This record gives sequence, C-alpha cells and structure tokens, in this order.
Amino acid sequence: MNEPARGRSPASSPPRLSVEGLVVRRGPREVLREVSLFVNRGEILGLLGPNGAGKSTLFSILSGLIPAASGVVRLDGHALERGARDLRAASGIVFQSSALDGKLSAEENLRLAAALHLVPRSEARERTLSLLERVGLAPRAKEPVERLSGGLRRRVELARALVHDPSILLMDEPTTGLDAASVKDFWAEVLSRRREKGTTVVLSTHRPEEAEHCDRLAVLFSGRIVADESPQALRERVQGDVVVVEAEAPEQVAAEIGRRLGLKAHLRDDGVHVEHERGHALVPRIVEAFPPGRLKAVSVRRPTLADAYLFLTGASLEAEEGRAV
Amino acid sequence: MTAPGTAVDTFDPRASVARAPRVSFTRALALDLATAVVLWRRDLVRFFRQPSRLIGALGQPIIFWVVIGSGMSGTFHYGPAGPGYLAYFYPGVVIMVVLFAAIFTTLSVIEDRHRGFLQTVLAGPGSRTALVFGKALGSASVALSQAALFLALAPAAGFPLGAVRWPLLFASLALVALALAGLGFAVAWVVDSPQGYHAVQMTLFVPLWIVSGAMFPVPADRPVLASIMRANPVSYGVSAVRRALAGEGAPGALPGSAARDVFVCLAFAAFGLALAALASRRAPRP
Repeated sequence: MNEPARGRSPASSPPRLSVEGLVVRRGPREVLREVSLFVNRGEILGLLGPNGAGKSTLFSILSGLIPAASGVVRLDGHALERGARDLRAASGIVFQSSALDGKLSAEENLRLAAALHLVPRSEARERTLSLLERVGLAPRAKEPVERLSGGLRRRVELARALVHDPSILLMDEPTTGLDAASVKDFWAEVLSRRREKGTTVVLSTHRPEEAEHCDRLAVLFSGRIVADESPQALRERVQGDVVVVEAEAPEQVAAEIGRRLGLKAHLRDDGVHVEHERGHALVPRIVEAFPPGRLKAVSVRRPTLADAYLFLTGASLEAEEGRAV
Repeated sequence: MTAPGTAVDTFDPRASVARAPRVSFTRALALDLATAVVLWRRDLVRFFRQPSRLIGALGQPIIFWVVIGSGMSGTFHYGPAGPGYLAYFYPGVVIMVVLFAAIFTTLSVIEDRHRGFLQTVLAGPGSRTALVFGKALGSASVALSQAALFLALAPAAGFPLGAVRWPLLFASLALVALALAGLGFAVAWVVDSPQGYHAVQMTLFVPLWIVSGAMFPVPADRPVLASIMRANPVSYGVSAVRRALAGEGAPGALPGSAARDVFVCLAFAAFGLALAALASRRAPRP
C-alpha cells in the first residue's frame, strides 16, 4: 500500500525532496513511524490527514526545523547535513501559525524576510511591492500587520514565503482562515508559480477540496503513510457511489440497514454511509425498508476524498485524531 | 561498521550517497550575518516605534531610583565623607535598567518562536547561532538605549556628564547587556513558558542584581555574603559603571582596576552567549 502509484522518478534524476524511514518519538508515543515519501520537481504533493496524524511534525522536518530520531532527508538525492541549511535556503515556508512580526507592516515583514535570504535591496523592494499587489494588500502595505484581519494576514504569510523566490514551497494548512475567494486566489498564485518556474510544492491539508489541486496525495494516519497516489486513484478506492442516509437515530438505522438489506453501513458525522456500486438503485430499497418518517433524507453522491480517507482509515478527515493512542 | 551477525548487504542509504552540495562557506557567513542584522534591526525598530516602551524605559528606573533612594538615604552611611544613597544607588539603577531590558526583550522569544517572526528566521537559511547573536545584539541595543535615556539624569545624581568615562561605561554596559540577553535567551528557549521564564528570572537574575553591590556595598562583617558578591559577575558590571561615573577610586567599586572589571564582564558576556547558542540547538516544539 505504501508503493506510490505514479510519479516515481527515473534513477537519473532523483526527487527534488525526499524522506526515508523517518521516525519521531514524543515520550513513549511514535508521532511518525517509518515515513517515506518524495516529491519531484514541479510536483504538488499534498499531505492529507486530520489534526494529530503527524502532518505538522513531518512538515517541521521537511522545513528543517526539527531533526528526526532516525531517517534521512534528501535534497536532489543528497542526504542533508545537520542544520539543513541547503534545504532552508531553497524553501519558502508557510506555517500553520503566524510567522510575522505584528508590530511591523506587511512591507517591513517582507523586506526583512528577503534580507534573511540575501535578496539585494532593490530587488527586495520590487518583489515586495509586486507580491503585495498580487495578494491584494498594496493599499494596506504600511499598516502594522497586527491590525489586519486573519485572512489578510494569511495572505501576507504567503507573500512572505515567496519573497525570496523559493524553488520549494512548503505550506502547513496554508488556507486556514481564508474565505472562498481568497482560497481561489491563493491556488491561482501557487499554480502559476509551478507552471512558470517549476516550483515544487508540498502542503498539508485536511480539506478535501484543497487536496484536489494536488498531483499526488500522501495520506497520513497515526504517523504512517497509508496511501500515496493521485486524488483520482484515491477516490477510486471507494467502489461505486456513496449513499448517505440522514435519520433521527442513525445508530439504529445503520444496524437495520445491515440486518434487512445485508449491506455494510457506516456511521459518519453527516449520517449513515453505504457504499454501493449502483447507488441510485439502492436508494428506493432503503426508503422502502423503513416506515415513513424514520428517515430524514437519502442522497447519492460520487465518493469524495473525504470518503476515500474514511474508507482507508475508518476515521474522519475533519475530526481530531485521538491524542491517546 | 558491520556488527557481527549483520548481513553485509544491508543497505544504509546514508552511507552510499555523496554529501549534499553545501552552501559555500562565504555564502553561509553572509547568510548568518544577514540573519543577525535582521534580528538586530527588528528589535530596534520595534523599540523606537512604541512610545509606551520609551516612556516606561525612563519612568520606571526614575521611580525606582527616587523612591528607594530617598527611603534609604536616612539609614545609609558610606564612611565619613562617602556619597549619599541617591548617588550610591544611581550606578546600580543603571545596571538594573540593563537587566530589566534584557528580561523583557528575551521574554518575547517564547511567543515569537511559536507564533511570530522567529519562525521565519528559524526556517530561513541562517544558523541558530546567528539567530542568538542577532537577538542578543537587538536586546543589548534596546538596553543601551534605555540606559542612555536614564544616564541623562547623571548630573542630578552628582555625576557631571563631562567627567564620565564614556568608553568604559559603554563597554561595560554593552557586555553586561549581552551577557544578560544571552542568559535570558537560554532560559526562554529551554523553559518555553512565560510563567516559568518569570519564575527563573525572579529567583535567579533579580537576586543576582541585588547582591551585585547595586543596592549596598560588600559588607566587611558578613564573609559569606561578601564572597557571593565577589563571585557574582554582575558586581563587576556595577563596579565598572561606578568607575566610569566617579573615577578609578569610586566609592563602592570593587578593589581592583577598571580593566579587570571589563575583563570579567567580557567573560560573562562570552558565557551568556555561549549558553544561549547551546540552548538554541534544542529543537523547538513543533
């Protein structure tokens, strides 16, 4: 199951960034267990998993912030030295939490970030202005960042990560707190960078709609990679359709579907799920199996990435994975 | 490398691969320098942009100096022709300004590395040691700026500005500020909670100032306390400030020379910065 479905790079050109056998322990708990994955140049890799699955830890290792207890991180096939300076020099990073100075303006934050990467002064000024323009912040570029709304600050974060023109973009839950329009703009920017400059992108997310933008998804569950394939391949793991039954007493309804129709029903957040080859044919059978009034709604849909995640792990993507394992 | 009984063909990915093409040495040096300068600049910009901090930087030591100084002046006697308490206490308050500035500027490290600009620096191409130096330089510069504001009152304490040995004053204050910033950084990095940080500062660093000769001279009849005070590096900072303000034989200065005082301050700064650099190698909690 760990075998990537596609995208394996030929031996002549190693992946842009890869990790092998990463293990991270926190006390007795293994946060990451033998995690291996890679991302090729110009590829967008999504780390999919609920909070607590180990995404942020993996992300911290990929950004060179923490070392793993064991395992190796490679940049262009070369094992990284302690300190991971080469990786940090090549990467632009968007953290889950803020990495801005609230007392300084967006412009100052970007200029300082550019200075860290030795971007020449005039070039830094130009890039700062054009990036803030592109993320729609030009009018408020000189205000202290702490006065901006959460969504606007998030856009500054993206601009900050891009200001030194990184060839690798690492983003931990980058669109948290953004409205739908901003998410769209955000992805337009990321995709255009990839298209024009071949930027390699790794992002973690627990949002299925965001995962759809990725070329490949690595599904994390309890510190392991349980799947590594394209969004389409992942969705196709769920056979047929998903029939969602909403009812007052979903536990009983799930049990009765099992008993009366001989089908496997799963209790989920939004109702009882039944996976079936021909969902539309199943709907009337379910409706007729229950007296009027027992069911609130029965619907059929194509499986989503959230369904695929449920199918793979038995856990919901939106929920927090239990801290006590 | 092969342990007995281990299959020889076990693949060790680390062994077989060439080392990564490293960022060149000069480039690394330039990146570290840039990192330190960015953090230094940031602390100064932040300080001068917040008027409340400027006012607090001047108001708090004045209140301290005047209130404690006046309260103690009735009971304090420094020899037959010694200074009054306000004059005796003044150099101690200058060091206190530096101590408090170091405490407050390094406290911000805790929040800053989990939800602030330090994250950008940590993920940037500079080294952790460069981060420590930049932060310590920023903190020390803020401390010196605050001390400079307070030093404008030196004539009121009986130290005419024209008689001050400025290079000695600057060197000793800068070194003490760097030392305390380094220690503060190390505490902030390791303790990683504001409550714990304050607990350590109040039980360790503030008493260090109290037994530095800032508030009272080394007592001749209390040998234990006297040796603690002589072992305390901050005492040499206070002593150097006394000599800078009132000459080589300043009342309250430790026996010895200004050069010795500065040398101890230098060693103290080196120790503080080394400790901070060591602490910074610990990974931040993800």
